[in-house]
Amino acid sequence: MARILSILVGLFFTVALAWSFVLGAITAATDPSPPTAEHEFHLLPKEVHFSFDGPFGKFDNQQLQRGFQVYKEVCSACHALKHVAFRDLAALGYTEAEVKAIAAGFTVPGVDPNTGESTMRPGAPTDYFPSPFANDVAARAANNNAVPPDLSLITKARHEGPAYVYSLLTGFQDQPAELLKEFPDAKTPSGLHYNPYFPNLNLAMAPPLTADGQVEYGDGTKSTVDQMSKDVAAFLTWAAEPKLEKRKQTGWPILGFLLFATILGYMSYRNIWADKKH
Amino acid sequence: MSFPWAKEYKPSHPFMKWMDDRLPLPRLVYNAVGSGYEVPRNLNYFWNFGFLAGLCLVLQIVTGIVMAMHYASNTAVAFDTIEMTVRDVNWGWLMRYAHANGASAFFVVIYIHIFRGFFYGSYKAPREMVWLLGVVIFLLMMATAFMGYVLPWGQMSFWGAKVITGLFSAIPLVGEPLQQWLLGGFAPDNAALNRFFSLHYLLPFVILGVVILHIWALHIPGSSNPTGVEVKSESDTVPFYPYYVAKDGWAIGVFAFLYCAMVFFFPNALGHPDNYIPANPMSTPAHIVPEWYFWPFYAILRAFTQDFFFIPAKLMGVLAMFGAILVWFFLPWLDKSPVRSGSYRPLYKKFFWFGLIPAMAVLFYCGGAPAAEPYVMFSQIAALYYFAHFLIILPIVSAIEKPLPLPYSITESVLGEDEAAKLAPSA
Repeated sequence: MARILSILVGLFFTVALAWSFVLGAITAATDPSPPTAEHEFHLLPKEVHFSFDGPFGKFDNQQLQRGFQVYKEVCSACHALKHVAFRDLAALGYTEAEVKAIAAGFTVPGVDPNTGESTMRPGAPTDYFPSPFANDVAARAANNNAVPPDLSLITKARHEGPAYVYSLLTGFQDQPAELLKEFPDAKTPSGLHYNPYFPNLNLAMAPPLTADGQVEYGDGTKSTVDQMSKDVAAFLTWAAEPKLEKRKQTGWPILGFLLFATILGYMSYRNIWADKKH
Repeated sequence: MSFPWAKEYKPSHPFMKWMDDRLPLPRLVYNAVGSGYEVPRNLNYFWNFGFLAGLCLVLQIVTGIVMAMHYASNTAVAFDTIEMTVRDVNWGWLMRYAHANGASAFFVVIYIHIFRGFFYGSYKAPREMVWLLGVVIFLLMMATAFMGYVLPWGQMSFWGAKVITGLFSAIPLVGEPLQQWLLGGFAPDNAALNRFFSLHYLLPFVILGVVILHIWALHIPGSSNPTGVEVKSESDTVPFYPYYVAKDGWAIGVFAFLYCAMVFFFPNALGHPDNYIPANPMSTPAHIVPEWYFWPFYAILRAFTQDFFFIPAKLMGVLAMFGAILVWFFLPWLDKSPVRSGSYRPLYKKFFWFGLIPAMAVLFYCGGAPAAEPYVMFSQIAALYYFAHFLIILPIVSAIEKPLPLPYSITESVLGEDEAAKLAPSA
């Protein structure tokens, strides 16, 4: 009885699936989805190596400071960094005085202590990086109806984040002729910019790093577009994961101990079971 | 099961005698996991995973409670509190990564544990209650994990919640009102997030209670073993302490090594980058997928693309997705073979390794893929096999197959011969 019922229930699901399959197969054969420009011309991030790659990776503080400079002078005009506080910059190797000075260079919303009115005041190390826009509406109005995303987590919010940021910044180019030939409707709309590393191929951000020397590095490194892109990608990786180094450094002694303890445990196990065939 | 030859708890220290008279907890421990609990001597490493699952539960509870001290479940701040925990709380990053990867580890362990049950017939008499309680634990784990993933209130948190709670509206008549009652609103929002946090904190302790029942139910008949032949004599078993404490002990090391390698070096490998974007109800992600441990069931849900007579495709998908797990409840009665272990069931073994495992692998892969061809077609074939396996194939196979001859006893299968077998009348 139970067997008959189970076979009936089984047939209920299997026949429904077979029905879906057959109809789906017919549709796939007779009316397949057409190829899209995104599918054919989207590129995966470029191969790029950073000092923090791999299980022994470490941040290069000089690179992080250069990257921070790029963020400050180029990106912060439109992109917020709300999860990073000025005091966190001490991890980049800045002294307390330098951190205070950097913070004071930004203005943050505050309250007038005498009148209670909202004002803008210079930042303190305890403040977080301020947003360049009062709200999303203001952000859209200034950026062709697109909200420039907060960059605090961007390298974790994108697949292969650090390489993606680097590829995007160095990937702006003219729309290839073969794309226009194959997909004449896919011409980049005005106000957008073609970049094959962006999932939709056309993004609202204009190339932010346009010329070598756009930012003058204090340590004398040549600030090519490639270098600036690498440095800011490294800085943003730090911003997304300030504990990256500590995480990897803690991991090694732990794995080492576990390997040692597991070997001892295995030897104990063999010792205890020595008399019992199993 | 207290086999007659099991050691008895005999406290010698006066304090332990005093304790035993008033609260026999040491006696309970001795009889459950100590020298008083006799276990088949031939268990293989697939039997370690129950203990590892318990360890994962404790790990999740500890890391979860620490994080709950810093988390706030209001949609305006939830995402930010997690970032604050990771950046500013001492070792907060470790708690977060340990908890997120701990959930994945828990599911890896539990899937191996469940598949051990499938292969070795652990669900058969007299262990049906152990099995039923186990399926209940699995359902509770899925609910807990689903709600836990919503708590960071990232894009995947929100949209995953939207998809799954949206399934309730598929239920005819009561679906929509039920959905709104559960959510506390028309879509996942502050009300839903708050109650998910409350339930996410509660359910692990419910799981703990069911785990206790699960182990209690197991200890009545005692553990099964790879041959499926029940324990007959003293030479079949060894006391849990020290033999299986030692075996579990070193297996914990292997598990912890692999787990820590993930936590410290690949903490985001199993996660989805979109969950590092704060939830935005106005922006739908390109591909909405749940965490990897739900992928097989997600594939089953999405496999039903056509209405079936009067039943809409969406409802078919929902029925199938839940049905896929509910069918496990009935296993002890679907598979009536008197032979327990798959090792002695050649036909069953073929369907297991060449049918069920590949089908689940395909469902797993397709669940994480976009809902487009050819993944949908593969899901349909794999899901078809899945339901056929449990509901049609197993009942028939268990009736018609010719099993291999079983060993007389565990002792015989381990030592090659059993003294007692020579004296027993030929079966």
